[in-house]
Amino acid sequence: MDWNSFLLMRQEILLLSIILLLLIVEVFISKNKKGNLIHFAIFLFGIHTAVGLLAMEEGSIFGGMFHTTGLIHFFKNVLNIGVFILLLQSADWLQEKIVEHQRGTEFFVLLFSSLLGMYFMVSAGDFLMFFIGLELSTLPVAALAAYETAKSKSSEAGIKLILSAALASGVALFGISMLYIAGGSIYFNDIMQTITTSHLSILGMVILFSGLAFKISLVPFHFWTADVYEGAPISVASYLSVMSKGAGVFILMILLFTILRPLLHIWENLVYILALTTMFIGNLFALRQNNLKRFLAFSSIAQAGFILLGIINGEQLGVATVIYFVLIYVFSNLAAFGVVQAISLQTGKENISDYEGLYRTNPKLSLVMMLALFSLAGIPPVAGFFGKFFLFTAAAAKGYYLLVFLAVVNVTVSLYYYLLVVRAMFLRTNEHAIPHFNSKLYMKVGLVLTVLSILVLGLYSPLYEYIFELSKNLM
Amino acid sequence: MDILTLFIVVPIITIVVLVFSKGLKQARVISMIGSLVQLGMAINLVFAYFREREINQDIMVFTKDSVWFKTFNIHYNVGVDGVSVALLLLTSVVVLAGVFISWKIKELPKEFFISLLVLSTGVYGFFISIDLFTMFVFYEIAVIPMYLLIGIWGTGPREYSAMKLTIMLMGASAVLLVGILGIYFNSNPDGSALTFNILEIAQVNIPFEAQKLFFPLVFIGFAVLGALFPFHTWSPDGHASAPTAVSMLHAGVLMKLGGYGVFRVAMFLLPEGALTWSNFFIVLSVIGVIYGAFGAIKQKDLKYINAYSSVSHLGLVLFALLMLNKTAWNGAILQSLSHGLMTALFFALIGMIYGRTGTRDITKLGGLLKVIPVISATYVIAGLASLGLPGFSGFVAEMNIFVGAFQQENPFHRVATIISVSVIVVTAVYILRVVGIMLMGPVKNKKHLTLQRVTWYEKTGIVLLLIPIIGMGVAPLWLSDMILESLQPFIKGLI
Repeated sequence: MDWNSFLLMRQEILLLSIILLLLIVEVFISKNKKGNLIHFAIFLFGIHTAVGLLAMEEGSIFGGMFHTTGLIHFFKNVLNIGVFILLLQSADWLQEKIVEHQRGTEFFVLLFSSLLGMYFMVSAGDFLMFFIGLELSTLPVAALAAYETAKSKSSEAGIKLILSAALASGVALFGISMLYIAGGSIYFNDIMQTITTSHLSILGMVILFSGLAFKISLVPFHFWTADVYEGAPISVASYLSVMSKGAGVFILMILLFTILRPLLHIWENLVYILALTTMFIGNLFALRQNNLKRFLAFSSIAQAGFILLGIINGEQLGVATVIYFVLIYVFSNLAAFGVVQAISLQTGKENISDYEGLYRTNPKLSLVMMLALFSLAGIPPVAGFFGKFFLFTAAAAKGYYLLVFLAVVNVTVSLYYYLLVVRAMFLRTNEHAIPHFNSKLYMKVGLVLTVLSILVLGLYSPLYEYIFELSKNLM
Repeated sequence: MDILTLFIVVPIITIVVLVFSKGLKQARVISMIGSLVQLGMAINLVFAYFREREINQDIMVFTKDSVWFKTFNIHYNVGVDGVSVALLLLTSVVVLAGVFISWKIKELPKEFFISLLVLSTGVYGFFISIDLFTMFVFYEIAVIPMYLLIGIWGTGPREYSAMKLTIMLMGASAVLLVGILGIYFNSNPDGSALTFNILEIAQVNIPFEAQKLFFPLVFIGFAVLGALFPFHTWSPDGHASAPTAVSMLHAGVLMKLGGYGVFRVAMFLLPEGALTWSNFFIVLSVIGVIYGAFGAIKQKDLKYINAYSSVSHLGLVLFALLMLNKTAWNGAILQSLSHGLMTALFFALIGMIYGRTGTRDITKLGGLLKVIPVISATYVIAGLASLGLPGFSGFVAEMNIFVGAFQQENPFHRVATIISVSVIVVTAVYILRVVGIMLMGPVKNKKHLTLQRVTWYEKTGIVLLLIPIIGMGVAPLWLSDMILESLQPFIKGLI
């Protein structure tokens, strides 16, 4: 084997080195200087993100276990940028709440391990690698969810996450084993050739689908979501809703579009029904939430429902629109969670009613929040509109007009609850409004990056064309 | 930069400058300059249009086309014909008048003017778009600032009204989205590239089944904005709660998007669907005309009276469009313009009366003609224009509508026309009732004897709106010619 072929794993190797480096450096840093480690970690990850942007060749190694394409590389970069912004937004929280308990490094190590798992998952060329990646991406997050040990809700979130994740993995593994029997191989390329429509393969597909549906919290596999988001630290909730869901969607799409393509006529119906239940349940539950983390949890469930409209397309157009939407969704949700993080860190307040009159005291934060919510709701000219419009186009291209119609009804419902937050911030005045405060530098940079992305990504069309070109390879 | 793109760029520049401004004085001056430039550009466009027409016989002139999203064949594609030129002129007049009327806005002035200009950007963009996608984008951009405008600066149950309006209009746009996608995916029966371009789609024959399916979606999607019964309920509440300038823009301009969209998209692209569905929607629009007029009779709140009157007048616009002939359509566009101007004027005057007396309840007002003569006299003029007195814009419009409607000879259309014509009488009743109670007679409330006279900025706003109302009434031909000429290609598919 050629050593150069290891360069295909450049991202993974670099991230692994960072994890090890952090563990080693921590030993040599004195106790009262642990705070500097945060800057160091963010700096390292920034370099990693920048290096990741360099072009990479396509190819596969380990006999096809691990492969990478332009699209996969692009998606890893999306994950990198997302995590980088997330780190910027969490830096203050780590500095103020976590370092004093001597647990700064573990946060990064766990987070990066999970990211590493996602890399392997999206690059997987067989079910073994896929499953290892799936596990590695989920387990550290359970530890992260329980990170604020002082809060009982946080521990509860950790337990809930690990239990449902373990169940989901088990279910997915069960489905994989059936597909293995049906296809006679664990390699994606082989299964693609051999799989046919049989009872066994359909059953395997449905069960594997259910396992992944946990990961991206499709209704009715969503029960853990709101509780975990509420209990977990905001950074972790943000990570779950953005990275975890994004990677889950990506791998689900790859599996459905490649090895399960012969079963397209079956999973179309499955996706159709799940899209409807997810959108309706997610939106209806979001209507009545007061806690912003729960609110964003249900909103993110509903967003997953919209994503299924792109998946149902089953063609290049579907891939491109889904990736494009996920990209926009990453930034929109990061912006929303970033504001919640900033305010929660200053005041400890996390309810929509606490935000009343926020515009009069903190206009910039309110504007960021408004843009983020408009993007999630799909209002032009911010990016979310374009993402959603294209998803609907993808579904309509296959003639699913009724589904699109029900989806746009849901968009209107979702607009209602997004406007509730805007109402609290802009329309209400409140004598006990959250007082004016200035965020620290990291947070500011984190928020500015997301806002710029939200404003630019939609209007800048070459990006979509680029994704569309990359999507060709998946077919 | 081409002459049309400037219509979007100038407001955006104004907004950017506004962001860096401080306080009311700077904000209002900047907005005024921006809107004044816009009005100048609109007037210039009218002359440029006439010059261009002599040498250019395309459906749309001043076109500019650049690719935006290549894969979807989405273009940034602008162009105007006589109808859009007229509506652009209307918009710029109303926006400028709106800025003058908001001269003394107290709360968050900068944000107010920014929202107002975002709204106007959306409207301008909508009127110049030829591409369905861009049109849809601008449509939504025009609607969403209404939420903040009513919610923050409104009165009464403002939160409720703002939410109701936004949700209903965005819901309508959602329905419209499905219709647009339906048109898009049927735009290539011969297998060529799919397109959002209105002019290109008009060349192809969309299959009849698709037309039948998508026409109601597109029609309702736009007509909700034109207050189609039974989807008009957002309009009275929205008007009543909105601050003065927003009511003006809302009734004067935003609601015109509905009629324009119906005519430009629904009727033009789906003519067979229009023929199939027209009777059903005629019934709805006639109900709207009657219901609005009788609603206006019953109300006591000045804003509600004019809001219901808007429902009635815009019902007439939809009614005329559904008559599917050139004379009626000409009337519909003229009615849009005329209604836009006089309703804006009405709401401006109501705002002035409310600002002085603190009430909009007509039973508590009386004899205002003696106290605030300018405002009251203008109110009478606007009222007369509204009930279609010759010499004002309303007469020209309604005349065209009913002459056009009578060209349809079958009994159904005849009955519908006769009912709508008779509503003019009801219009006269509710307008003269207000004039009688509120303006004539003795002054009911002694406090009202010392009301402040009209100020210079209010006068400017009034005059800005009065000139075109009277101008349209006494010299309608140039406008009517400009519109009629442009209607020709649109009516072809329907006859």
